[in-house]
Amino acid sequence: MSPKASALGTSLPHESGHLHVSGEARYVDDLPPPRGMLVAQALTSNVAHGFIRRLDVRRARVLPGVHAVLTAEDIPGHNDISPFARDEELLASSEVHCIGQSIALVVAESLELCRAGLARIEIDIEPLPAILSIEAARAAGSFLSNEHVIERGHLETAFAGAKLRLEGTVETGGQDHFYLETHASLVTPLEDRSFLVQSSTQHPSEVQAKVAEVLGLSSSAVVVECPRMGGGFGGKETQAANFAALAALGAHHTRRPVKVWLNRDQDMICTGKRHPFWSRFRAGFEADGRITALEVETYSDGGFSADLSKPVLDRALFHLDNAYFIPNLRFSGRVVRTHQPSNTAFRGFGGPQGMFVVEHVLNLAAERLGLDSAEIRERNFYGPAPRNLTPYGQEVTENRLARIHSELLESAEYRARQASIAAHNQSHRWKKRGLAFQPVKFGISFTNAMLNQAGALVNIFIDGSVQVNHGGTEMGQGLHTKMRVIAAHELGLPLSRIRLMTTATDKIPNTSATAASSGADLNGQAVRQACVTLRERLKEVACGLLEIPETERAGVIFEDGQVRHPASKMTVDFSALTVRAHRDQVSLSATGYYRTPNIHYDEAQGRGHPFHYFAYGGAVIEVEVNGFTGEHRLRRVDVLHDVGDSLVPSVDRGQIEGGFIQGLGWLTSEELVVAESGELRTHSPDTYKIPALGEAPPDFFVHLLERAPQPDVVHGSKAVGEPPFMLAIGVITALRQAILAYGSGAAELSLEIPATPEAVLRAIESRREPR
Amino acid sequence: MGYTAAMKELSFILNGHEVKERNVAPTTTLLQYLRQHLQLTGTKEGCAEGDCGACTVAVLDPHGEDGPTYRAINACLVLLPMMQGQTIVTVEGLKTGDQLHPVQQKLIEAFGSQCGYCTPGVVMSLFEACYRKDLDAEWKVDDQLCGNLCRCTGYRPIRESARSLAGRCPNDRFLEDLRQAESSERSVHYESEGELYLAPESFDALFDHLDTHPDVRLVAGGTDLSLEITKRFVRPKKLLSLEAIEALSEHRVEGDTWVVGAGVTLSRLERPAPKYAPALARMLRFFAARQIKNRATIGGNLCTASPIGDLAPVLLMLDAEFVLRSRAGERIVPSAEFFLSYRKTALRKKEIMSAVRIPILTAHAEHRLSAYKVSKRQELDISAVSAGLRVELEHGKVKRARFAFGGLAATPARASRLEAAVTGQPWTEASLEKALPALEQDYKPIDDHRGSAWYRMTIAKRLVLGFLLETESEPSPEHAYRPTGTVDPEASR
Repeated sequence: MSPKASALGTSLPHESGHLHVSGEARYVDDLPPPRGMLVAQALTSNVAHGFIRRLDVRRARVLPGVHAVLTAEDIPGHNDISPFARDEELLASSEVHCIGQSIALVVAESLELCRAGLARIEIDIEPLPAILSIEAARAAGSFLSNEHVIERGHLETAFAGAKLRLEGTVETGGQDHFYLETHASLVTPLEDRSFLVQSSTQHPSEVQAKVAEVLGLSSSAVVVECPRMGGGFGGKETQAANFAALAALGAHHTRRPVKVWLNRDQDMICTGKRHPFWSRFRAGFEADGRITALEVETYSDGGFSADLSKPVLDRALFHLDNAYFIPNLRFSGRVVRTHQPSNTAFRGFGGPQGMFVVEHVLNLAAERLGLDSAEIRERNFYGPAPRNLTPYGQEVTENRLARIHSELLESAEYRARQASIAAHNQSHRWKKRGLAFQPVKFGISFTNAMLNQAGALVNIFIDGSVQVNHGGTEMGQGLHTKMRVIAAHELGLPLSRIRLMTTATDKIPNTSATAASSGADLNGQAVRQACVTLRERLKEVACGLLEIPETERAGVIFEDGQVRHPASKMTVDFSALTVRAHRDQVSLSATGYYRTPNIHYDEAQGRGHPFHYFAYGGAVIEVEVNGFTGEHRLRRVDVLHDVGDSLVPSVDRGQIEGGFIQGLGWLTSEELVVAESGELRTHSPDTYKIPALGEAPPDFFVHLLERAPQPDVVHGSKAVGEPPFMLAIGVITALRQAILAYGSGAAELSLEIPATPEAVLRAIESRREPR
Repeated sequence: MGYTAAMKELSFILNGHEVKERNVAPTTTLLQYLRQHLQLTGTKEGCAEGDCGACTVAVLDPHGEDGPTYRAINACLVLLPMMQGQTIVTVEGLKTGDQLHPVQQKLIEAFGSQCGYCTPGVVMSLFEACYRKDLDAEWKVDDQLCGNLCRCTGYRPIRESARSLAGRCPNDRFLEDLRQAESSERSVHYESEGELYLAPESFDALFDHLDTHPDVRLVAGGTDLSLEITKRFVRPKKLLSLEAIEALSEHRVEGDTWVVGAGVTLSRLERPAPKYAPALARMLRFFAARQIKNRATIGGNLCTASPIGDLAPVLLMLDAEFVLRSRAGERIVPSAEFFLSYRKTALRKKEIMSAVRIPILTAHAEHRLSAYKVSKRQELDISAVSAGLRVELEHGKVKRARFAFGGLAATPARASRLEAAVTGQPWTEASLEKALPALEQDYKPIDDHRGSAWYRMTIAKRLVLGFLLETESEPSPEHAYRPTGTVDPEASR
């Protein structure tokens, strides 16, 4: 049997799997220390808001083993690390805006000496009033953005005519990224005032720009490499620049390599998280559960600086509709400024927070109207025109919601299980179950059109082996695995001939962050294009080598490491072809470039086309709740997800399962407890509980929607990184149903997020004894 | 001095090679040593507190219940001198030439790594599982892995790998090492960078050291003490380890008492506990993670006297006694008199806990007992409330009650008012409901990030009620594989 012509669409191990399991995979902190390497630690603010009255580092500077103690005055360039708003200092110059903000940097021969140096710094911070909640920020008029409004239809008329009117508020909390690898950067000074930055970052180009800016250099003097990340999830999109710039500042002053690595507590205290949101809503429904009107006024906690808070808020607004057509609506949102670390990108990027609001509203309506979770959602799905227009005017195309709904409910035996759960709940006093259906529609593209571009550089060597460079970073999501398959497919080579190279800004310049689920879409097209360019060049060489007329060139095919012309039964090894190409003075190196067409959005009008397409998915979730303690468990989860024609199904499945469990953590166990001082109380896994192995459902069935190619995306595939996270919202719907089974109280069920055992018990108790 | 051979250097086997070390401070953790001194960077630091498992390595324990066995431990929670005489395997030591170990191969094939950062730790936990002979239930396999956090995969492939690897025990060089395993010199007298680490083999030597170094800190498994080093950057100048005293790590039955040496690790308790103290076995299922249980000792857990220590409520409930030993000899203190105030115990200066005496109680319809733990996350979490509950009945009325709780007060303590309130009363739901308010006189729990005072008090009451219901048909209930809650009042239906 001949080997399969292409690995495209087959399940493959992670590209670095063999390195992961043997401990050979290197992360920034694992790199061999360059000669003379120093380490650095920052003095950080211990007050949420304050004025630096005095900062004296002289005693620290004279400590043997300490090579430099640096403050804002020592920054040769601009004291700024913000992605665009110019509102975030690398080292606070006079005012501190959150606990954990860097004020000074000690560079020394060991972490212990750094700590000794830090202890010798004399600092006097005058505390100023701190704003620590959305509520307080709104009251104080503390905002980071203007109001963004999207509206259509006739809201008040629709409310007046609604059979069911609901109003209320809803809150979702923050979430720490808890990538297993904390932030790390190693900066080595090179010749002629240039620097090599090795950083655990999703955005090497931004790290490059910020390091250059802080040091007062041009970007060409800085090379940023990202070997791989031990997880990112959005937390290393903008926030890595901070620690790379600190290391660079140290390297600049000491002329020695400097590493900045955060321990877990530092990482959790100093860095931004998922945005907490607070929303007020009014909704109107028909008696059959169709939503006719929805007004949502939402506020996110941006922390102390803009960071990416505005685009996060925008995406929340773009996902307040989730999968549902809402004829009359007004969505408005604004980012508040508080004295917390600046909140940032996190898988879903506001999407989960927006979607949670409409799902909450649907839950309330279904509970009032006696509809089941699948029924009310299906009735509200986007459909054919005119029910295909999003609030911002983009058409919902390739709509797979109805298909997912029907296929999933059948495969998950939804109706039969619903009946058996009802019977179970009748006969069990202290254990109740709930079953929920959760659909997701998620817009794919950076909503900032400029970011939707990517580059690649593919080098073929004379021996026929290939190096693939692209602008994306590998954080575990399997991007390199997918890029390798695309290159192998286009060049007709076995995977073993394709090597993925460290992401580096001197290979691929001016890249966008690997974010917005877009890594494979954008970089895949660029890699593909570079490979196609090379293949076409090689075809011409092949014609010469195989003595085929130039007109027959289209008949030359590349597969299994060979180049064939079936018509003339001629075959040559790929490596023979590359030897010939080099001899013929044909370049074996090519770049590829891709930009997503037709992305635009007019915020003033609240109208546009911010997404290239939509990804869809659905989940059926069963939970059990213990009425004694509020503890709860997932019993079974069925997912049907639309990834188009999967490039690598094993990778996509991994993203779906991992995303779901991360969403589960956000909604049920991960709790950022902040003291009145603004201090984060849960800053390590001792107190901040992400799901452990036992939280994974015993039955976890994940299927990819079949026969679902996506037009205009590389090989018909679709983005998968973020959408599955939001499937976990259905856990809350299922929990509500189980809780409702405990009592017959007429009062509306109130369940706090995260739905910890304590929150669930409170909800059960409030149902039992109406208060 | 009581020790015989004053050791100037530490020696151990690391990935098949003998290592001798004399220049590293004794408060260096194994993780720091591997990464910074040996540049073995496969083992990762994810939290430095034993909660994530990224630093998991395996050590060979020649004294397993089923013979020699590998044990996964957190490299961040052991100090280098604790490795004296041990055989250590790190992720770098698993390949044979270019050949991956079956656990490595399986994890790749199961798509069990994404970012790869937790993976070396997962691999080493799987490595222990692979050579364990007692992973005969799915919950045990889950328990084996609950100390390895993964943020990427959602765990399904890891769980699948674990189930297929558990007990596979390939006939390879690692199995051969188990066959050849023998006890080694564990005593330590090591001094470097102005820090002293002592691990004597006899009580006499121990008490000599205590006389010579009145300022020495005692350490057993080190899982608690290491946190001071990794989290608060404290460097104790002098440490005195109990680890090399063999008598402390033995357990035996004396009549109707199970006598457990204070140095017995929690994982070694797991095998005999279901027979002699099923309530303790039940608590161990929700106690920390495998890596911690492989190092932490029963005596260590009790002597730290943490208000949220999980063993204390069970032992209080069982009317266990603690054997305290000094040069003068042994004295026996009832568990109810051991915990004096916040982190203060009845231990005197130059005295250690040497054993725990646990009455072997036979549960039956008139004598019911169980243990509970409620936490935000069921696996590897510190309890909001833990409880050991026991009633002796006579003609349907309570003759004696032992209700002990952790998490409700400054020490683990018995609920004497509630005990009094139920004594002499019928053991029924209605009667208990009337007595439960007495619990509010026993404890004034606090609000913190693990639970509010309301939650703690509510749960405490619920656990007593749940205990009543749960033990109606099963006087000493076992847990289902995946209980939805810590108490299952419907278990008998």
